[in-house]
Amino acid sequence: MTLSRSLPLLLAGLLCVGAAHATQADHVRASDAWIRVLPGGLPAGGYVILANEGDQPAVLDGASSAAYGSVMLHLSSTDTGMGRMRMVDHLDVPAHGRAALAPGGYHFMLMHARKPVQPGQTVQVVLHFADGSTLATEFLAKPANAL
Amino acid sequence: MKPLRLGRFLLLLAALLLAACHRGDDLPWRLTNISGHMPDLGFQLTDDHGKPVTGEDYRGKVVLLYFGYTHCPDVCPLTLANLHAVLQRVGAKADDARILFVSVDPARDTPRIMHAYVNAFDKRAVGLTGTPRELEALAKRYRSAFTREPSAADGQYEVSHSSAIYLFDRQGQARLLATPAASQDDLVHDLYLLLETGK
Repeated sequence: MTLSRSLPLLLAGLLCVGAAHATQADHVRASDAWIRVLPGGLPAGGYVILANEGDQPAVLDGASSAAYGSVMLHLSSTDTGMGRMRMVDHLDVPAHGRAALAPGGYHFMLMHARKPVQPGQTVQVVLHFADGSTLATEFLAKPANAL
Repeated sequence: MKPLRLGRFLLLLAALLLAACHRGDDLPWRLTNISGHMPDLGFQLTDDHGKPVTGEDYRGKVVLLYFGYTHCPDVCPLTLANLHAVLQRVGAKADDARILFVSVDPARDTPRIMHAYVNAFDKRAVGLTGTPRELEALAKRYRSAFTREPSAADGQYEVSHSSAIYLFDRQGQARLLATPAASQDDLVHDLYLLLETGK
């Protein structure tokens, strides 16, 4: 086989391998990532917009950060006039769609900061997807009364 | 109706409207009007300086009362950040308003923690805490409710609580009820009216 004939095949093969190995995280773009910092090491809320540019749904199933001892995915609700918060195990980001972690709804609860996080700093949070892929995202720390 | 009688009727109507205006009953509120349906601002609690306070201590101020807890990372800070933005938009007049943030988690919310917490949102916010009995008495008074959810393995727990904001006039009378979903515009509008009423 000459190189001129084998190269396209090789490239096609590589593309196939690439497609088969494209992870959920590869297709997700994170934007507007921020953390509401509360005084005295209180648990903080983390927010981010996730856009999935892939043809398959992406499933966010957790996060971690070297800056915090624990990061959990939570959902707030104020149905029936009661403010409630519960832990959820995943959030779907539809194919060619988006999902928002935003105040009053889905959010990360970041607890046990290893050292105090100050507004203005950025903190890396690693987003975990159901296929085991990860997306490291810089979250901007904002003051408590940020909107 | 004869012209004379109509004139007297209109005069009477105007007088009634004026009287109502004085009390603010017919003002074009945008939030839920609860005037006459809830008791006056009344409690015995401890403020974020560790000082005992009662509802009477806030007479002369327009009060925005909200129940919450400091270990609540999402809805409570969102509500307090919103109220801060509302007070900023009302401007200097809002210095006559106080946000009273009442803890539903007295086990963790000491005056010292409450002080740092409320001041991170607004200088006109006061953190109130007390014994479970004192806090239950206040919650009951405003038909509010809170429940401590079962603890997680690490001892952390959440507290579900009524998310409403109660607004009181300068005389300590309950006037308006807002949900956390209330628009900033409506809150600014009604807070401004409330600050102008019954000076």
